[in-house]
Amino acid sequence: MENLLIPVLLLPLVGAMINGFAGKKLGDKVVSIVGIGAIAIPGLLAWLLLFELMGMDGEHGNHLSLTLFEWIHVGAFKADFGLWLDELSVVMLLIVTNIGALIHLYSVGYMKGDPSYWRFFAYLNLFIFSMLCLILGSNLLVLFLGWEGVGLCSYLLIGFWYENSDYAKAGKKAFVTNRVGDFGFALGMMLLFALFGTLEPSEINHALEHGLPTGMNPKMIEAAALLLFVGATGKSAQIPLFVWLPDAMAGPTPVSALIHAATMVTAGVYMIARLNGLFFHAEFAMHVVLVIGAATALLAATIGLVQNDIKKVLAYSTVSQLGFMFVAMGAGAWAVGIFHLMTHAFFKACLFLGSGSVILAMHHEQDMRFYGGLSKFMPKTYWTFFAATLAISGIFPFAGFFSKDEILWFAYASDRGHPVIYVVVLAAAICTAFYMFRIMWMTFWGEHRGVPEGHGDHDDHDDHSDHEGDHDDHHGGDPVESPWTMTVPLIVLGALSLVGGFLGVPHLLGNVAGHFPNLLHDWLHPVFQYSEVHYTHADGLEWGLMGLSLGLALSVWGVTAMLWRGKDKLTHPLDKVPAVHKLLWNKWYVDELYEVALIGPIVKFSREVLWKIVDEVCIDGTVNFVGGVCKTVADGLGRLQNGDVGNYATVMVGGMLFLLLCLAGYGLW
Amino acid sequence: MDNLPLLSIITFLPLAGAFALLLIPQEKVGLIKQTALGVACAGFAVSIPLLNYDGGRKGGIEFREKMDWVESLGITWHLGIDGISLWLVLLTTFLGPIVILGAWEAVHTRHREFFFHLLALQTFMLGTFVAQNLAVFYLFWELMLVPMFFLIGVFGGNERIYATVKFVLYTVFGSMLMLAAIFYLYWLHHEQFGTWSLEFIDLYKVQMGLSVQGWMLLAFGLAFAIKVPMFPLHTWLPDAHVQAPTAGSVVLAGVLLKMGTYGFLRLGMPLFPGAVEEWGWVVMLLAVIGIVYGALVAMVQPDMKKLVAYSSVSHMGYIMLGVFALNHQGVQGGILQMLNHGISTGALFLLVGVLYERTHTRNIWDYGGIAKVMPVYTTLFILVALSSAGLPGTNGFVGEFLTLLGAFRWGYAEAASGAGFWASYGFVVIACLGVILGAVYLLWMIERVFFGKILQERNLHLPDLTKREMAVFAPLVVMIFWLGLFPKPFIDKMEPSVETWIQNIDNGAAKTAELPPGLGSPGMPTLESVVVDAQEEAVR
Repeated sequence: MENLLIPVLLLPLVGAMINGFAGKKLGDKVVSIVGIGAIAIPGLLAWLLLFELMGMDGEHGNHLSLTLFEWIHVGAFKADFGLWLDELSVVMLLIVTNIGALIHLYSVGYMKGDPSYWRFFAYLNLFIFSMLCLILGSNLLVLFLGWEGVGLCSYLLIGFWYENSDYAKAGKKAFVTNRVGDFGFALGMMLLFALFGTLEPSEINHALEHGLPTGMNPKMIEAAALLLFVGATGKSAQIPLFVWLPDAMAGPTPVSALIHAATMVTAGVYMIARLNGLFFHAEFAMHVVLVIGAATALLAATIGLVQNDIKKVLAYSTVSQLGFMFVAMGAGAWAVGIFHLMTHAFFKACLFLGSGSVILAMHHEQDMRFYGGLSKFMPKTYWTFFAATLAISGIFPFAGFFSKDEILWFAYASDRGHPVIYVVVLAAAICTAFYMFRIMWMTFWGEHRGVPEGHGDHDDHDDHSDHEGDHDDHHGGDPVESPWTMTVPLIVLGALSLVGGFLGVPHLLGNVAGHFPNLLHDWLHPVFQYSEVHYTHADGLEWGLMGLSLGLALSVWGVTAMLWRGKDKLTHPLDKVPAVHKLLWNKWYVDELYEVALIGPIVKFSREVLWKIVDEVCIDGTVNFVGGVCKTVADGLGRLQNGDVGNYATVMVGGMLFLLLCLAGYGLW
Repeated sequence: MDNLPLLSIITFLPLAGAFALLLIPQEKVGLIKQTALGVACAGFAVSIPLLNYDGGRKGGIEFREKMDWVESLGITWHLGIDGISLWLVLLTTFLGPIVILGAWEAVHTRHREFFFHLLALQTFMLGTFVAQNLAVFYLFWELMLVPMFFLIGVFGGNERIYATVKFVLYTVFGSMLMLAAIFYLYWLHHEQFGTWSLEFIDLYKVQMGLSVQGWMLLAFGLAFAIKVPMFPLHTWLPDAHVQAPTAGSVVLAGVLLKMGTYGFLRLGMPLFPGAVEEWGWVVMLLAVIGIVYGALVAMVQPDMKKLVAYSSVSHMGYIMLGVFALNHQGVQGGILQMLNHGISTGALFLLVGVLYERTHTRNIWDYGGIAKVMPVYTTLFILVALSSAGLPGTNGFVGEFLTLLGAFRWGYAEAASGAGFWASYGFVVIACLGVILGAVYLLWMIERVFFGKILQERNLHLPDLTKREMAVFAPLVVMIFWLGLFPKPFIDKMEPSVETWIQNIDNGAAKTAELPPGLGSPGMPTLESVVVDAQEEAVR
């Protein structure tokens, strides 16, 4: 059965190669079939693998594993190219392949007519392959291969429309920022190898099952966990490395949905869950994860409050939601974090795809101030977007309610949580509901405002309009609903956003409903069984907090209705406090700070000091000076060579005498 | 067949071919090129049997050839390879045809001389790698300078004279110091053993105290460090690269720089193990500075070739760092990185050359939007650049990760013996910063050259890669993935030799610790005299 993993892993790679090498000649239709097949078949096989795992009954959890080949064996260091499927990775596998397949289908509609259609699908398949390496890798080095591989695909896809140099810059920014994170990740791996002599997460967790091995310095464990978390802050866009993700929205919208919302950016969360044994024993590192997660959740949510670009709002929302997941990880609520990862994949993919549908209907206008009243024109997009909005805002009984509320609860009740963290995350949740309903009002409800005549012709977003063929041939007329290839994925994801939460019903609610089990929690239990963090049991309080967050979410909905219902002006309540609005609008000036404090000085120092002074003046100056002296001396000596034979003879005899004296001196004669 | 002098054939075949070229009239350009290519291909073909190398568990010398040459002076014609030089020989012969095919259209005058020098250079480089006698080694080491001198000085760019003088000045300075040290070592061997010998195996036995080893390592090390090149002896490299024709740059980056690292591996370190143990950290420090320094300066270069040249300074730093970590991961990673650098940086120089041949400018700002007109070229460039930046799955990652892991383990051991954080982990932490910068300078160049809109009219109709050019790059791409995904055959062949090598250094260092530091200095050449002195002292 484990051999099934081979086609699951390799089909996307094969698809990428076919489309990459021959796609141009094959035509768009074949490219679509190859592209979707290369992900849909693994998607189906993933279910078979799930059933297989369900049928196994190992005492301490089940797994399927397989070694494909020996990769790097040097001295004591051994890293095989191996695959490992257990309860945790199968969940990720299902999410990536199935949501991936839906997004591939969506792309058929969205990318229609693009001259580089084949290239898009090749990259997308390559991304899936890398992501599967990341998920299924049996050791951290294979995971790292996938980790950097998805980064590469992200780079290529963000800069897909490379003729716009802003997009190309955004791609480079993403790759470089991730590299900064990988700096930590690589060091973390080396430290783990030094400590455990292996890079297999299963073996590392096993070694830590019953506490720290004797003689191991707990500070080293902390350091390893922190270093790996640095990698996670890059890939999963947390403070201080989150700056690349909002810019990454330059990529085509399906990419934003697949890579920058549902799958790749959750890799950091998955990595921590994968190494739960390590993090469990690194209490300080978990505190750091908790604090960074909470701070990111709030910071990004506040930026999302004021943005007018629909994709920018969703991008900051993603950063914020990832923060929620890290809060769960930091609180030791591993299964909850994975649960939120899953529900987030449902509703955020739905939101991004919905925004893509809107953007197409609006001829690549992304500014929500020109939207409004779209529910009339595109009902399918509207209803699915609404469903996902309800889910992310935490309205009962939709997906996000269950997962987010569990995170809030554990942030408070876990031994590794803290009431302050709870308050911060709750504030972030309030902001979430606010910016989401703001999108609803500005985009779907109210009157349609439309793009004024002449606007957009000079707009950045139109730079690739020539790629968009038949979508962009007219600028007037009412917005129209997208084709079925795009609405079907929306409907599936919308439905999952509504009901997906029932996979992880909290025990508190489950007990009320007659012992309805927390399916996901029970399923993942074997993976996390040795890393369980103690938490307070207080049913009354839990009910209270649950009611509080639900009540707040609904109130926020009400507030947004008061602000924007039936108004023809799009005033923002923060307009009254311009200083705050400006700060949020400019994203807390983090990019500017990096530019002024870091990037600018480094570039300037390299150019003006290292190159122009150290190299060209100091070192070359010395070399040229020595060269000059040699030349002067040589010119002097050259005069000895004046053609006078007697002169030569004198020098020759003198030299011989000198040599003989030297030899005699060392007693060699 | 067993008695066939395979290494001599491999070494001298290119030189023989070079002389054959001189028989062809200068006008028959096609025939000259074809002959040169044929000779280089044959050179690679005859080197393939070397893959049968099996040094056993100790990874000893195989394919040995030994003939008396100047018997009384202990100079023998002694060739042989172990698991380390094996791969460098193959790298050289592998790059041979690629370089010639790459230079097909690049030369416009004096084809005969150009290819003569290229082929002669190959012989001299191979000779250095296969030598087992210091006289042979030094002979080839110095001969290498001659064809390189002509390749840059005659076929180079506008400022080729300055670049050549600088290159020669640096190299000769190093070689002179090394020559002096060789004579001293030669004499010392005679003092201690009573015979004249320049055999590596004999010289390894010469006993020297720590301070003597230190001076000797300095003399040898300077020569090697210039070739590597290590900071702050690197400034000849950017000029030489920029002025050299593409083929010269490829050979320079691909093989010539490895002479420096190979020199450390074969001579500098095993001859003076005690000094390596004591002062190796200085080399590691310079290596780390080179990694970051090279990357930072590469980042701000407006000239593509200069950018790649500075990136070499950075990459060679990883090799030195790994080798001086003196553990399996570091040393083998370093050797793999020598191959990787030859392949990836060689390919980068070829790629820059492809663009230069079309536009005659290497200035990054003259480009932009090239992806639109040269998609195949762009894809290839990005792939090679990423391999150079160490993307997992490509060759660069395996070497880079292993050298860093080696440096990390070195630091871990230092920390365990009580060193502070920066004294132990500082090197690897800073070296890892170079990994970030590697992505910065390469992706920044890619962004400015390939992406955006085409700004210059003359770039609107650049032709994409020709069939010949694709043939040049195909083997390099294969190697990029082969070394990246299945490095096992490479590692397996070198591991026993590296194992022995590390042990010899460790043993040598331990032995040095027992010797008086001044042993081997002019006044105290042998241990007996020390003992006698000590006895006399006691009697008094």
